[in-house]
Amino acid sequence: MADVTLTVDGKKLSTPAGTLLIEACRSHGIEVPAFCYYPGLSLQAACRMCVVRIEKMPKLQTACTTTVAEGMIVATESPEIAQARKATIEMLLGNHPLDCPVCDAGGECELQDMTFKYGAHESKFVEIKQHRDEQQWSPVVFFDRPRCILCYRCVRVCGEGMDVWALGVQNRGAGSVIAPNRQDHLDCEECGMCIDICPVGALTSGAYRYKTRPWEMSHVGTVCTHCGDGCKTTLGVRRSNDGMDIVRGDNRDKSGINGDFLCIKGRYAFDFANREDRLTQPLVRKANGQLEPASWDQAMDFAGQRLREIRDSKGGSAIGVIGSNRTTNEEAYLLQKFARTVLATNNIDHHRTADYPAFAAALNGKVEASLRDFAGAKAILLLGNDPTEQHPGLAWQIRTSVRLQGARLYVANHRPIKLRRQATASVEIPEDGYPSLIAFLAGKPAAVAGDQNAAAFREALLKEESLLIVFGSEFRGRDIEALVQFGSTLPNVKFACLGDYANSRGAADMGLHPDLLPGYAPLSASGPFAAAWGAALPAQPGLDLPQMFDAAERGDLAALYVVGANPVARYHANPSILRNTFLVVQDMFLTETARLADVVFPAANLYEKAGTVTNTFGDLQLVKKAADRAGVRPDFELIVRLAAAMRADIKRLVSFGQRGVQADFGQARGAQSGEADRHGVWLSAQHQEPRLSPFEPFAILDEIQRLVPAYNVPRLDLLAGNDQHLRPALVQIANAASRRNLVTPSNDTLFTSGSLGSYSSTLRSVLEARQPVETAAD
Amino acid sequence: MATLSTHPDCVPVVSYRFGKGATNIDKYLELQGYESARKALTLGPDGIIAEMKVSNLRGRGGAGFPTGLKWSFVPKQSDKPKYVLVNGDESEPGTCKDRLIFEQDPHAVIEGTIIAGLSVQAKMGFIYLRGEYRYLLTIMERAVADAYAKGFLGKNIFGSGLDFDIVTQTGAGAYEVGEESALMESLEGKRGIPRIRPPFPAVVGLYGGPTIINNAETIATVPHIFRLGGAEYAKIGTERNGGTRLFCLSGHIERPGVYELPMGYNLKKMIYEVGGGIPGGKKLKAVVPGGASTPALTADEIDIGMDFDQLGKAGSMLGSGGVVVLDETTCMVEFALRTMKFYAHESCGWCIPCREGTDWLKKSLTRLHEGGAVDKDIDNIRYLAENMLGRTFCPLGDAAAMPTIAFVKKWRKEFEDHLEGKGCPYHRSHEPALALV
Amino acid sequence: MTTLFSPALAARFDKLVTLYPIKRSALVPMLLYAQDEVGYLSDPVIAEIAERVGVTELEVRNVISYYSLLRTKPAGKYHVQVCTNISCMLRGGNEILDHCKKKLGIPNKGTTADGLFSLEEVECIGACSWAPAAQVNYDFHENLTPESIDKVLGEYRAKAEKGAAK
Ligand SMILES: Cc1cc2nc3c(=O)[nH]c(=O)nc-3n(C[C@H](O)[C@H](O)[C@H](O)COP(=O)(O)O)c2cc1C
Ligand code: SF4
Ligand code: SF4
Ligand code: SF4
Ligand code: FES
Ligand code: FES
Repeated sequence: MADVTLTVDGKKLSTPAGTLLIEACRSHGIEVPAFCYYPGLSLQAACRMCVVRIEKMPKLQTACTTTVAEGMIVATESPEIAQARKATIEMLLGNHPLDCPVCDAGGECELQDMTFKYGAHESKFVEIKQHRDEQQWSPVVFFDRPRCILCYRCVRVCGEGMDVWALGVQNRGAGSVIAPNRQDHLDCEECGMCIDICPVGALTSGAYRYKTRPWEMSHVGTVCTHCGDGCKTTLGVRRSNDGMDIVRGDNRDKSGINGDFLCIKGRYAFDFANREDRLTQPLVRKANGQLEPASWDQAMDFAGQRLREIRDSKGGSAIGVIGSNRTTNEEAYLLQKFARTVLATNNIDHHRTADYPAFAAALNGKVEASLRDFAGAKAILLLGNDPTEQHPGLAWQIRTSVRLQGARLYVANHRPIKLRRQATASVEIPEDGYPSLIAFLAGKPAAVAGDQNAAAFREALLKEESLLIVFGSEFRGRDIEALVQFGSTLPNVKFACLGDYANSRGAADMGLHPDLLPGYAPLSASGPFAAAWGAALPAQPGLDLPQMFDAAERGDLAALYVVGANPVARYHANPSILRNTFLVVQDMFLTETARLADVVFPAANLYEKAGTVTNTFGDLQLVKKAADRAGVRPDFELIVRLAAAMRADIKRLVSFGQRGVQADFGQARGAQSGEADRHGVWLSAQHQEPRLSPFEPFAILDEIQRLVPAYNVPRLDLLAGNDQHLRPALVQIANAASRRNLVTPSNDTLFTSGSLGSYSSTLRSVLEARQPVETAAD
Repeated sequence: MATLSTHPDCVPVVSYRFGKGATNIDKYLELQGYESARKALTLGPDGIIAEMKVSNLRGRGGAGFPTGLKWSFVPKQSDKPKYVLVNGDESEPGTCKDRLIFEQDPHAVIEGTIIAGLSVQAKMGFIYLRGEYRYLLTIMERAVADAYAKGFLGKNIFGSGLDFDIVTQTGAGAYEVGEESALMESLEGKRGIPRIRPPFPAVVGLYGGPTIINNAETIATVPHIFRLGGAEYAKIGTERNGGTRLFCLSGHIERPGVYELPMGYNLKKMIYEVGGGIPGGKKLKAVVPGGASTPALTADEIDIGMDFDQLGKAGSMLGSGGVVVLDETTCMVEFALRTMKFYAHESCGWCIPCREGTDWLKKSLTRLHEGGAVDKDIDNIRYLAENMLGRTFCPLGDAAAMPTIAFVKKWRKEFEDHLEGKGCPYHRSHEPALALV
Repeated sequence: MTTLFSPALAARFDKLVTLYPIKRSALVPMLLYAQDEVGYLSDPVIAEIAERVGVTELEVRNVISYYSLLRTKPAGKYHVQVCTNISCMLRGGNEILDHCKKKLGIPNKGTTADGLFSLEEVECIGACSWAPAAQVNYDFHENLTPESIDKVLGEYRAKAEKGAAK
């Protein structure tokens, strides 16, 4: 739309026609106060804080509902306006408890800020304030009614934003109150968006309330450790006796790929980190058969020596390695490098939740969609998966684009997923009907051909001028190939493949495969890696995860090294099959797998380390160290130490201290990136080597960027905390579509997150709270 | 049963058929019923609106907006269906006139609705009655059914080839739902929270379609305008204030009742001649000229013609036609308090100044009335009211603020007399609630 | 569908939702009619109405709580609503209310032990020129005096007793 010119506070602004005055002001640095206005949510005009004076208008006008007009002359501050705002706040404060000193929002409360600004601090009223007890609406949502200023943000974010509609307004006049959908409690998605958006301390979080004051925390922006969406989350951490505890998760920094959004897991399910039963000392199985605490040296030496013996006596092919969906890219990369160069084995795998190799092969340079693309999409084709449960961040972005941009959503699913409510068109297909649907869409003869609905679906879809195609793990191998082939016949298409966990994508990209090196390089093309790593690499494909278990059962797997995974529980393995295998496990908890181990190392989680992760959309993001726990070590460090204990040359494993390695060692410590870069530049200029520790993940990031073309994104942007979309890359695998199909979707819900989820008391309490409700409802 | 009161000065226009059994459709037809609709059909939309403009009819709901002009704002072309909405939510304290119309002449409302529909080519009308008027719903439903049976509603009305439907609807107790956009919300099955304007109902109204919304008296007047002719109707009233209106006299007055008088009729005459003056020969203290939202006039201010412009000039409003008379024994603080209790009870609660302002005013006035107030409370009351005025989401806030400001301004002495623990000098207080021991 | 309402009311509701461009428009009158029949808006009534108009129960509750005629708790068989707003106040509305409290032995918003009467102070009911006024259920009683309201209450009591005797 054409621009209009208006004058605000004497400044001339030019802004697109149709812009709301409040937005026009904000985008030109003029802050207009607002309680009820919230970008992207429907307009309310309820709080009257945004009143401004517009020339030729008899009354003050609300900037949040006025659209700009050519020649408009506006004043946003004047004694008259200040008085109006002051009076509004005075009226609010009349019945506000002013218990700021104990209020969770104290220090980050918009009402406090406004009172401070407009000076409405002397109470005009002598009436006794109405007290009402705080109510608990769900395990995570608490409501303190007298603090509520009725801005209706919570109602709108839950309804319009979440499409949950669990909050309402009841009564009228001064008796008006926010009410939950089950009279005295909530039955909802427990996302906490309502709490986050509340400008005051009326809605508070069960996880955080009364724990601390906002200013006693440090805030660290990092990435959620749960699903594959990779939402940016800000962790509030506070020093405790044995480290740094996480007290809060939120998304106060809205710059992430998730915009305003976090789901229950990103917001609350950090609590596993603070659990009492975390492992904080290495454990070694003693002669009596018991796992007992040991010193780091003892445990490392023992594990290293045994692995070395086994490698030297039985060869690398007798050793297996299982990596993680939640460790950083650097750790995954390091783990496979360690397996291939130190353990001399290709027996390396992980729990696969999507067929990324087939996707990479099918794409082969075609464009992949970033999560950001979904927020601005014009049309989306969603095949399989249930994003509301499995990719809440994606579901949010899809809903947002449908709601605010009128994006058209096409849904094909074998279940009645919730996102159908946003769909322009949807088809229901049998669980095994995806291939024939794609054939039909591609105009090939197919079973669905007679279906009128499917025909209309196809017709509408083919008219789209741009399209994001996103598919779940229902698609594998050849089906992905066929889908990408079909999609490529349409204009302006981008693709996305949905995998389950925070770094499922990175695990696949970094080569946690028995037959693929980082960047999906086949073993036959190992040249550049062998050269860079200064080692000969095993040439034969190794055992995949089920094959390792089979080998163990046969007595052919002498050792197994498990990093951040719980394969025994995930694959329901019979514990006895590992009885003759020397088992080394790195984990936070004594999981089903760790319980069987000979040596267990206490590991840090994603919130306690630095590095990068890649979400399922190929968005590469920086992970910053937020929390800390005495006694635990990042997996990165554990791998390097284990290599050292095996007497490997760790300079080869991590190229620290080598000339030309550019790494930012500030980030690893959680410091500002600029400082470290300055140091690096200065040191090189002095012909000094940047001093890098062997435990420095950024040395490995440097290597990844050199050897995996897709990851060669601008590093400074990444280190500045901006997500970077991977570059389209050509891959060389020929057999991607015909590889063994080992994808095991974890089918998590909003309230589960694999083994990790079972250690979150928030998730558990929500699941428990929902049980009786569901039975009572019928 | 509500009945019309009469006086020689009365001019029966709207009340022309009152008391003549016109609820019966045949009787209505005998009394020139549905002739105006037929005439309107021949005039067509532009002709109807022209006639309406000539009549100088101004909305009887309170704001006095020229009706013909309002109708002309409805766009000719619209993707969405257009509607007519009759506001029979009558809840303004002091007002009881629409009730009389529904009861005595339901077909006039139906006929007026049809004509309004014809003027903008709408095909559907809604008649919304306040929930308390349940017996009127029965009357209206009956009348609508009779009109359908005669072919005046439904398909091909009056054989014109045009269709028009009417649905009668009831509210469930809410003054705010009388506000036009809140009324639309209520009719759409929601809480009666007003809508953000612009867009105005004439452009985006009910179900998103262009909508004519008028007070029931306004609508019931329409057939009479076509019966008499717009110019004739205009002649009855004063300049820019055409015709007559139903005035509801109540309070301290000898002959309370609803009277149909020409616009511009002198208030003093209305009280002392039409209404028979004040009982017991008491002196007049104040008059609320147009329902509880209008600023009260002092005894010195009542020599005034009752039309929108003259009252506007006097700092008040003609409002809804509810003339409430207060004699010298009335405690103005108590009166202000009762008025504010009403607004606090009826505020929809949507915006801060209205929700919190009415509540605090109620509390402060209660305290003042009971003798617990201090000096600054009086200024505070005025401060609160002045800071609500013009700042609220809908005019309910203004309706609460305006009379309050007038009370404090004009009767400040009475407010002061309540100070220093003295409480009400008129010794008026009512048992708050019976103590159940 | 199985319904909580009488066949006549259920049929009326079936028709009501078809009258409007959207089903939801029937909500407010439906709630009022349902209350007239059932006495109040119980949880099952709310559930059925929510289903009939296709909205959540929360939405229905939001609406109910807005309108002062709607209630989610039972009231007396005869709900006495005394207006004390300005026109009535000037002509003794408060005295009528006080009189009712004493006569019935209940406070504002109370219900008599036998469930026959409940009492409520209400805002203007549109009878200002015939003040003071009250409504018993939907019936208007105007130009009241303490004596005439006594008579009115007596008539309702007699009516109830006659009904019970039958
Ligand atoms: C709080 C409030 C209550 C109102 N109540 C009524 C009412 O009960 N009846 C009515 O006709 N108009 C009422 N109005 C006025 C309507 O908003 C609207 O102006 C009127 O129905 C238009 O009709 P008219 O132009 O025929 O007067 C009310 C306005 C406000 C602000
Ligand atoms: S937690 Fe989320 S789903 Fe639940 S009420 Fe709040 S916004 Fe709605
Ligand atoms: S609870 Fe918070 S977000 Fe919701 S209306 Fe109240 S103040 Fe606003
Ligand atoms: S959507 Fe996924 S990444 Fe985002 S907060 Fe939830 S679990 Fe974490
Ligand atoms: S921000 Fe404009 S009224 Fe609340
Ligand atoms: S004031 Fe009592 S009926 Fe109007």
